[in-house]
Amino acid sequence: MSRLNPDGVDLDTAWDLHPQVSVRPEPFGALLYHFGTRKLSFLKDRTLLAVVQSLASAPSVRVACETAGIAAADLPRYQQALGTLAQSSMVVERSS
Amino acid sequence: MTLLDARPEAPKPAPPPQPGRLVDLFEYGLDSPICLTWELTYACNLSCVHCLSSSGRRDPRELSTEECKAVIDELERMQVFYVNIGGGEPTVRSDFWELVDYATAHKVGVKFSTNGVKITPEVAQKLAGSDYVDVQISLDGATAEVNDYVRGPGSYATAMRAMQNMKDAGFTGFKISVVCTRQNIPQLDEFKAIADEYGAQLRLTRLRPSGRGADVWDELHPLPEQQRELYDWLVAHGEGVLTGDSFFHLSAYGSALPGLNLCGAGRVVCLIDPIGDVYACPFAIHDEFLAGNVRSEGGFQEVWRNSELFTRLRTPQSGGACTSCSFFDTCKGGCMAAKFFTGLPLDGPDPECVRGFGEEALEKRKMDGSIPKPDGDHSHSTVRGPRRDGRPIATGLITTKKRGIPITLSLTRPDRPPVSACEENPLAGFTPN
Repeated sequence: MSRLNPDGVDLDTAWDLHPQVSVRPEPFGALLYHFGTRKLSFLKDRTLLAVVQSLASAPSVRVACETAGIAAADLPRYQQALGTLAQSSMVVERSS
Repeated sequence: MTLLDARPEAPKPAPPPQPGRLVDLFEYGLDSPICLTWELTYACNLSCVHCLSSSGRRDPRELSTEECKAVIDELERMQVFYVNIGGGEPTVRSDFWELVDYATAHKVGVKFSTNGVKITPEVAQKLAGSDYVDVQISLDGATAEVNDYVRGPGSYATAMRAMQNMKDAGFTGFKISVVCTRQNIPQLDEFKAIADEYGAQLRLTRLRPSGRGADVWDELHPLPEQQRELYDWLVAHGEGVLTGDSFFHLSAYGSALPGLNLCGAGRVVCLIDPIGDVYACPFAIHDEFLAGNVRSEGGFQEVWRNSELFTRLRTPQSGGACTSCSFFDTCKGGCMAAKFFTGLPLDGPDPECVRGFGEEALEKRKMDGSIPKPDGDHSHSTVRGPRRDGRPIATGLITTKKRGIPITLSLTRPDRPPVSACEENPLAGFTPN
């Protein structure tokens, strides 16, 4: 949690989905279910889904967002959304 | 027009997070249900007077172990995260634990509802070791008197023993599931205290006039002032208490309660019954809400995605007489099943409409006398003969209108269902220890 701040996750850190989280794409975005906490979350658009799905292979959040085609102006929104997911342990920081 | 055509597409690329409420998108349905109720058997060791599925005897057409596994395979392909398994009493199926293990091994989580009869210390220990299994123990009274009144003698002790076993095994956060009735609404604080004591989470749901519940609804459903009490209690304790989104019809008292506040029938939820029939929701076991069967070609996925009924439920619904009500946006006219089984039109007010429109409609209905009957009665044959001790049978506190047979409750009810001649009942003569 040290890398979390009010703006969301640190864009230059590397993240991944929690190993106990399942992602199901839906027309509006996606549903996330955490088997450990038994909590359900929603991704409200498909771009955020693309970001979440590419976290594991991207060296940083910033790269994952760029890969998903997010314009610089929209970055803060996605940074914040990932912060919310981090708070509920849907995504977790990884070492590299 | 196909369902997919009717859906809003998320614009690409890089849109700002979508405007509008998620719940509005849910009205168009999802590719797979968020949560699915699966009643594995109609067999039950109890005969709760308000049973939604009129359970008691096993249906000989019940899905086999292999058929159940095929359904689980399909749920895995559809990425249904978890199923709520119920019944009947699901744990009395001899393959129950095998199916639970099969589901969790295939990434389909399980939450099962039980009266606790099979939750021994050993079972509780095993359950505590799995992240993929959650348990919901039914309790309809915070005292034996109130609970056993609807669930039968000994059922309170059974539930409490199961909860103690869960606590001793270190399983925290299991659910205690309460159907709110006129008799137990004064006990809400006591239920909360029980949940806290056992490290469990309280879940309150609405009494539906479905199954045998139709017979006792008039006597058990909360009075208008109790609905207000329940609403205030939920507002005060809301975040820590689950409701299965049961009470969205109460939102007209003020602010909406936590939850989706949406009738999810056929949109985000549905029911698979023991013989594989797929209904719009667990409270609507009637031909009118039957979408198909998992045994038919295309299986469950075909029923979920393309059945005529579910497609219809995902089109915008007419609010009818309720549209002009200022609370329609949150209440949405209430519960479809509650309206149907009390004989009210589906596009009118809920029978428990907090503004009282339901009661007016019910008065009118009583004069017409046309109330649909639930389909498929699997109740135990509970025609009770004279007492062995020769004393008169006490008149039941609750009588079933449908069958016109007084069901004696509480003190006068036998300790277990009489051994029936019906070979289909695997519980004939079964004594829970």
